[in-house]
Amino acid sequence: MGKYILKRILIAIPVLIGITIIDYAIMCLAGSPLEMLQGPRISEGAIEAKKIALGLDKPFYIQYFVWLGQLLQGNMGYSIKSSQAVSAMIGSHLGPTLLLMGVSLLVSLIIAIPAGIYSAVHQYSKGDYAVVTMSFLGSSIPGFFLSLLLIYLFTVKLGVLPSSGMTTLGTDGGFADVVKHMVMPVIVLAASMAGSNIRYIRSAVLEILQQDYLRTARAKGIGRFRVIYKHALRNALVPIVTVIGMQIPMLFGGAIIIEQVFSWPGLGLMTMSAISNRDYPVIMGVCLLSAVVVLIGNLVTDIMYALVDPTIQLQ
Amino acid sequence: MQAEERHDLKMKSQEKKQNTITTESYLQTVFRRFRKHHLAMVSMIILAILGGAAILAPIIAPYDPNAIVGPFSGAPSKEFWLGTDQIGRDVLSRLLYATRVSLLVGVMATLISTIIGVILGLLAGYFGGVIDMVIMRFTDMVMSFPYILLVLVAASIFKPGMWNIILILGFVDWPGIARLVRGNVLSLRETNFIKGNIVAGMPLRHILFSEILPNTVAPILVYATSVLALSMLDEAALSFLGMGVQPPTASLGNMLNGAQSLTVLTSQPWLWLPPGLLIVILVIAINFVGDALRDALDPNSEQK
Repeated sequence: MGKYILKRILIAIPVLIGITIIDYAIMCLAGSPLEMLQGPRISEGAIEAKKIALGLDKPFYIQYFVWLGQLLQGNMGYSIKSSQAVSAMIGSHLGPTLLLMGVSLLVSLIIAIPAGIYSAVHQYSKGDYAVVTMSFLGSSIPGFFLSLLLIYLFTVKLGVLPSSGMTTLGTDGGFADVVKHMVMPVIVLAASMAGSNIRYIRSAVLEILQQDYLRTARAKGIGRFRVIYKHALRNALVPIVTVIGMQIPMLFGGAIIIEQVFSWPGLGLMTMSAISNRDYPVIMGVCLLSAVVVLIGNLVTDIMYALVDPTIQLQ
Repeated sequence: MQAEERHDLKMKSQEKKQNTITTESYLQTVFRRFRKHHLAMVSMIILAILGGAAILAPIIAPYDPNAIVGPFSGAPSKEFWLGTDQIGRDVLSRLLYATRVSLLVGVMATLISTIIGVILGLLAGYFGGVIDMVIMRFTDMVMSFPYILLVLVAASIFKPGMWNIILILGFVDWPGIARLVRGNVLSLRETNFIKGNIVAGMPLRHILFSEILPNTVAPILVYATSVLALSMLDEAALSFLGMGVQPPTASLGNMLNGAQSLTVLTSQPWLWLPPGLLIVILVIAINFVGDALRDALDPNSEQK
């Protein structure tokens, strides 16, 4: 087991380095972040001095190695715009994003697992059609449009939920206030995830229901409930785990747009402003972080596989 | 009597079944199975209507989509069926052109990513070894990016606009298809007819494109429908954030952009509801068609 994990980490390292190179190359194609500082009141000389101070006068591969070298020393660089350390910026924005993502993932699974199993067990019934149609709707509705609908309904018409931020301005927040602010973003994120999850879980359970060992279990006469919840569900865990692993990059991406719409003070909002300011060190930091998260997600998925399915052998 | 009748009916249906199996071509089988999915048939009709309207937009649109023809933010009326926007352009005309742009972006991006994915998948699966490893690591890299982040960074770097969005989405969407094709090639390579081709000394191009590819078309087609749906959603999201198709060109996403202002959201629903609903309808229809295609193209689907 330890050897397998080590091997997977060793494979992940070149992938990670490749990602940073691609990132850096794309960004250097984009042009100088100093263009954003330019204006009639800033002299050419000042820009030139700033350029040298930031190391932007060197060719891009040297810049990349400087960045990589600093990274290995645990320094992710400083924001060009605000001069804050990137690691501190990420640190302060990570919490809200993780909170939003975690709760949404949980909610989507709470919806998707029972719904998926129900619709597989009652295949071709009216309930099945209803669940599948709802799941298609969930994954087909753009997050931002659903957000607008919810804001229209809950904020504008009913006036019960706040439409932006994480806490009410001027108050110190508190649990209930944060929950109130979270309801709509969580609904939006969970709806789109639950949409695809339901269909994965449904088809996974359908496949398992046709297995011989389930026929045996049924033939033994141990009752429908035990057949499904003891024999089928345990085996359905493997595909369910994969689904969770696949959700992680999706969650990260979905969060960016949803945070923008709801002004949720997380990584997404920070990233969007970094992108529009061409704040490279910050963008690089976020790309690196998200790539690490995705790779860890993949690794954890593979390990969970082995835990829930004893027939998968790790070499 | 009743039993006899039932037996008779059973015989008849068996006869009919045998009949259909022996006489119909593969495409007919697919179409017959597809027709059983009512939602997918309805979706096809909706897609045909919307697609037709999009293609015919220059003919059927009542006004020039970029011309100022009416009052500012006018409510729907006899003259302007869906009202007018903030600067007095006809919403219905813009909607028709927007559907055209959104469909074009989706179809072109899907085409590009399918071509890239198919070629890389074929190469990786057929040659194996170092080529496979390099291609698959590269695929991993692209897949490990949070997709939207990559698209956003790319969209902010290259000047946003319709063709750049198509290229960006096309170059980001292919990994799924590459993996799918590679997996299929790996299993096809072990089949006797491919081995026979190799032994017979057929040229590589023939084996790859005339023998292996036709046998993986069905799953590629199914996957491509989901890529189409996804890239239309992404275009909408990007344009909504102002990083996609740029005004004055209308796209379904950037028509919703105005709804970020509270006045539009609260008192001018005709400006943001129709484009939003249209995206949902298009995407859901594409997804239903894809789902039914998966069933119809699956050679095992009638064994149950």
